[in-house]
Amino acid sequence: MSLKQYVTTPLLKENPLTLHVLGICAALAITNSLTSSLIMSVALTAVLIISNATISLIRHHLPSSVRMIVQITVIATSVTVIDQLLTAYLPAAASALSVYISLIVTNCIVLGRAEACAMNYGVRRSIADAIGNGLGYSAILIFVATIRELFGNGSLMGVKILELARDGGWFQPNEMLMLAPSAFFIIGFMVWGIRSWKPEQQEQPDFKPIVAPREVEGQ
Amino acid sequence: MNGFVEIFFRSVFIENLALAYFLGMCTFLAVSKQVKTTLGLGVAVIVVEGISVPLNNLIYNLLLRQGALDWIGLGHLDFSFLGLLSQIAVIAAMIQILEIVLHRFVPVLYNTLGIYLPLLTVNCAILGASLFMVQRDYTFTESVAYGLGVGVGWALAIVALAGLREKMKYSDIPEGLQGLGITFVTTGLISLAFIGLAGIQL
Repeated sequence: MSLKQYVTTPLLKENPLTLHVLGICAALAITNSLTSSLIMSVALTAVLIISNATISLIRHHLPSSVRMIVQITVIATSVTVIDQLLTAYLPAAASALSVYISLIVTNCIVLGRAEACAMNYGVRRSIADAIGNGLGYSAILIFVATIRELFGNGSLMGVKILELARDGGWFQPNEMLMLAPSAFFIIGFMVWGIRSWKPEQQEQPDFKPIVAPREVEGQ
Repeated sequence: MNGFVEIFFRSVFIENLALAYFLGMCTFLAVSKQVKTTLGLGVAVIVVEGISVPLNNLIYNLLLRQGALDWIGLGHLDFSFLGLLSQIAVIAAMIQILEIVLHRFVPVLYNTLGIYLPLLTVNCAILGASLFMVQRDYTFTESVAYGLGVGVGWALAIVALAGLREKMKYSDIPEGLQGLGITFVTTGLISLAFIGLAGIQL
């Protein structure tokens, strides 16, 4: 595969969120506003690139018994840097995201990519992989946030798009989209859509319903 | 004592980490196929939360926060930016030690919890509880109540989901929705029900 393919495959075909179920927590919690989602996407992609590149550089010097601790330390340090930058330059956005920026540390995508890619391959491939997975994650986040903010609040990035009925307009917003559970429904249906389009991602049921009753023998 | 009970019940039902803040979702969705396994995982979460949150509270209040080092005359130093690193290190170390101690002294419990303990190091519900504790400025007693409360709440949520999923095995689900998709929708419905509890005044 070429470098370009490492970037494009995680976008849809092997999306970290919908196929591997990694890093859902933040995807659900902060998607009620497009601005938070964009900042979260940038922060996660930046952390992913820094940690993947660093771990890939030191991979030959890491004894495998302590690799997890080193990986977590590298990730936690880069998250701290991003967190401090946000608090300094975008204090309003940082307080809206509250603990979710810090929780990038335990975002399974970051550790998953460090373990699966950065520990085995060179720096260039690791960075390409980080960008791809970061963008794949961002794409889902932005999609869900657009639906939730547009139809739940009639705005995008805080700018009014649809005139709300309570302000004398015509649009009756769906208040449920502002509540937490709606993100579960949107991602659930999105997974349904992607898997109907790409049937090879479907999971097998534990039990197949029996269509016709079998003949009972020896009667 | 009143505050203790209030924080406990608030964190179990109203501010449930799994259903209201979506923390620990990866484990929540992946390991919720059978009630029996989720019970083991639930107990492991309660134990880890119950120890790690008060421990992080002590470290933050006695070493990291501004003015915490007054006792050696370094009160002007503010180490709170190290909070994240120290919390994740405390959690990882604590889980490792717990695993060794259980293995040596309580092998029965080790066999039940053993496989889930390493998994919990990267569970955001564990780290998230410590971060919320710092953000809300809990005292030590409050942090004990909070740690136990979020643990019980998370365990309750995952056992409830596993109960539903066990029944759902037999239903005829559209192919694309099979597995992950329907689990998302089910969790959404449980979460919606938990929002109904938000109106309760304690």
